[in-house]
Amino acid sequence: MKFRRSARLTALGLAGALALTACASGTDAATDDEATTGPSTGIVTVSNGEPQNPLIPTMTNETYGSSVIQSIFAGLVYYDAEGAMHNEVAESISSEDNITWTITIADGWTFSDGTAVTADSFARAWDYGAALDNAQNLSYFFEPIKGFSYDENTSLIEAGGLTVQDESTLVVTLNQPESDFPLRLGYSAFFPLPESFFEDPAAFGEAPVGNGPYVLESWENDSVITLAPNPEYAGSRVPQNGGVELLAYTDEDSAYNDLLGGQLDVIKNVPASAFATFESELDGRSANQPAAVIQTLTVPEWLPEFQGEAGLLRREAISHAINRLEITATIFAGSRTPATDYTSPVIDGWNEEIKGNDVLQFDADKAAELWAEAEAIAPIGDYTLQVASNADSDHQTWIDAVCNGIRTNLEIECEFFPYPTFDEFLDARDSGTVPGLFRSGWQADYPAMSNFLGPIYGTGAGSNDGQWSNAAFDDTLKAAAGAPSQAEAVALYMDAETILFENLPGIPLWYNNATGGWADTVDNVQFGWDSDPILYQITKSE
Amino acid sequence: MRWYIGRRLLQVIPVFLGATLLLYALVFLRPGDPVAALGGERGLPESVQEQIRAEFHLDEPFLVQYLLYLKGIFTLDFGVTFSGREVAEVIAQALPVTFQLALMALVIEAVFGIGFGLWAGLRKGGVFDSTVLVLSLLVIAVPTFVIGFVMQIVVGVNLGWLPITAGRDPDFVSLLMPAMVLAATSFAYVLRLTRTSVQENLSADFVRTARAKGLSRSQVTGRHVLRNSLIPVVTFLGADIGALMGGAIVTEGIFNIRGVGGTLYEAITRGENATVVSLTTVLVLVYIAANLLVDLLYAALDPRIRYA
Repeated sequence: MKFRRSARLTALGLAGALALTACASGTDAATDDEATTGPSTGIVTVSNGEPQNPLIPTMTNETYGSSVIQSIFAGLVYYDAEGAMHNEVAESISSEDNITWTITIADGWTFSDGTAVTADSFARAWDYGAALDNAQNLSYFFEPIKGFSYDENTSLIEAGGLTVQDESTLVVTLNQPESDFPLRLGYSAFFPLPESFFEDPAAFGEAPVGNGPYVLESWENDSVITLAPNPEYAGSRVPQNGGVELLAYTDEDSAYNDLLGGQLDVIKNVPASAFATFESELDGRSANQPAAVIQTLTVPEWLPEFQGEAGLLRREAISHAINRLEITATIFAGSRTPATDYTSPVIDGWNEEIKGNDVLQFDADKAAELWAEAEAIAPIGDYTLQVASNADSDHQTWIDAVCNGIRTNLEIECEFFPYPTFDEFLDARDSGTVPGLFRSGWQADYPAMSNFLGPIYGTGAGSNDGQWSNAAFDDTLKAAAGAPSQAEAVALYMDAETILFENLPGIPLWYNNATGGWADTVDNVQFGWDSDPILYQITKSE
Repeated sequence: MRWYIGRRLLQVIPVFLGATLLLYALVFLRPGDPVAALGGERGLPESVQEQIRAEFHLDEPFLVQYLLYLKGIFTLDFGVTFSGREVAEVIAQALPVTFQLALMALVIEAVFGIGFGLWAGLRKGGVFDSTVLVLSLLVIAVPTFVIGFVMQIVVGVNLGWLPITAGRDPDFVSLLMPAMVLAATSFAYVLRLTRTSVQENLSADFVRTARAKGLSRSQVTGRHVLRNSLIPVVTFLGADIGALMGGAIVTEGIFNIRGVGGTLYEAITRGENATVVSLTTVLVLVYIAANLLVDLLYAALDPRIRYA
């Protein structure tokens, strides 16, 4: 999962956007010019930060490093602005049973050091990323592949999870059917690595060699990362500019002021202080669209007052008592979108027609009614609802607003329960000691519905901090993973969401929006599903 | 004098040991587990977290961690950050920028603070004195980040006179605005301190004597009034060097300067003990050096102190 450094690990990135093609008035005209003049030559400057880890694909779990990795590497597939998947290095990815996947690699791909990209480049990279001893941040991505272990050092190749049949054929064997396996392959963890990496991973992490649209020209720590177009690049993400400079900013406000003052071309995030004004200040040169990030109030299973029939009524009452529309409009100045399900609008298959999602509608009367009903079954009387979060990031404002709604509509007490730091909050969630509802944010690793459901609500799953467990839900997810077609899988994921709405293990609040902006010096700026600007598309004249 | 300096330098050793121990204890006492937060909401796999803890000795007891740190210092190994960069390199990058910024701020506040203060002090109750008093009060009252943002937007964005952020290559021109913002609050104090001190000395016996001896106005002002008035001001400026270096977090943030303040803040939130302790120790040494400098300046300003 990618996260943002600047907001101190806590606020999950303001994330990606849907198609923004019609967003800027100047964009369309520029596209026409494009057809006649070809790629531009200007070097685009983009706000970024210092990557937190060495620039190795399986180490990069935050957005600053990710912007580099996504530009200098090409994976088997890539995602376009709409979040749809396209083949990149892969010629085909196919499976009959969703367990054994045969991946054919297209001809003509080389790393920028001249060595060829083969099936082996992928197999060895994944094998390295998965091995326990290598302690790679994204090792969990290889969990579905046969031979993966969190407990002992294993090799996916030796275990038969990865088989290199010939130079251009890789066979991947999974532990169980995963219909959306190909969807994951555009994420950094699955990028190939050249031979030189294995000789000295540390040196490689400073000066990586990739096969993507750009090559890393220089990395000045805490200052600037310079990317130049890669002449050897063989895919369709061909750079439309003369290069990219990713500038390290410590503060989003200073980046925004640089943009206003003409010292910067693109900002990846609009600072909270400008949420109310940036759309008019930038006059059509901005993006503000739902991203692959959802915020939820998790109802922990260890609270007795939320168990059983009365407990469910209370969950519903709380959900109805929250005015999502008002909170997103006033407190977040429109930089959040009220949730209508458990996934995100940028995900293929997302729709608003989930059965039971009317529980997310604000309805004061119904909320009071449901709470009274619960009191009739199992009274708890004078009750104070705690809403927990870390206090080292600005969560108190919206929690206070949520509590206000709960206080007025349910006539119970409600208060913010702060944990001083994010890691203490994480610890309390893990150990199941939070005394009330708690905030959970989730940013998708890859654009698939399953990624919003399985890791958070699956029995015993890694991020199932509410400790919810439901056999019907688990079975539905399993069926979706084994579904013969994407459409059938989506239908089953919708069924799984219906089960969530019937039980409310978490109360969805809103989707974070991707907010970004650009100067009039650049054109064709679009933000991808992961909320980052799609760098290779941006055009800039000298 | 030499013995005096030597003794002052020897004092650095216990201060260094005490400061690092205290700092290490404080960082160690920070609740929570920083490694757990390294992967954001999802967290890193437990096995990865364990390897990181082992690598940074975070699973060892406090004293072992501290002694390992000390051992590192004596072998000139300041450790690495969680992202694998040498702490020494991080410090070497952050320190010069902050030092330049602090020095520029110091010069600005000293020159303008003492200059305006002297002028206001010599003409007590005049138009200039009253105006400066009110304005300095205003500068003290307004928080640094407000001054910073207003300057940035007005001077940088709207007028375009100075670079908006220092960013990539912090040079003299791009550091000018941040230095002014950083100097603002202290400038007001220096001004008020000088003014009061000058006024006091103006009515002192030795000044009256000097006047009676028939010394010219400029001789009286320069040699007797100003020189004696500077002692409290120099004390303040000396202490301010340390404050300017360590406390520039807000200013450095606004102007995107990768200096000591921001680096320290980031290291604290990430729980990177080695970076926090090493960087703070450097700041402690700067304080010690600044204090030594102040004491030497005292001696230069007032012979009575020298011979005492």
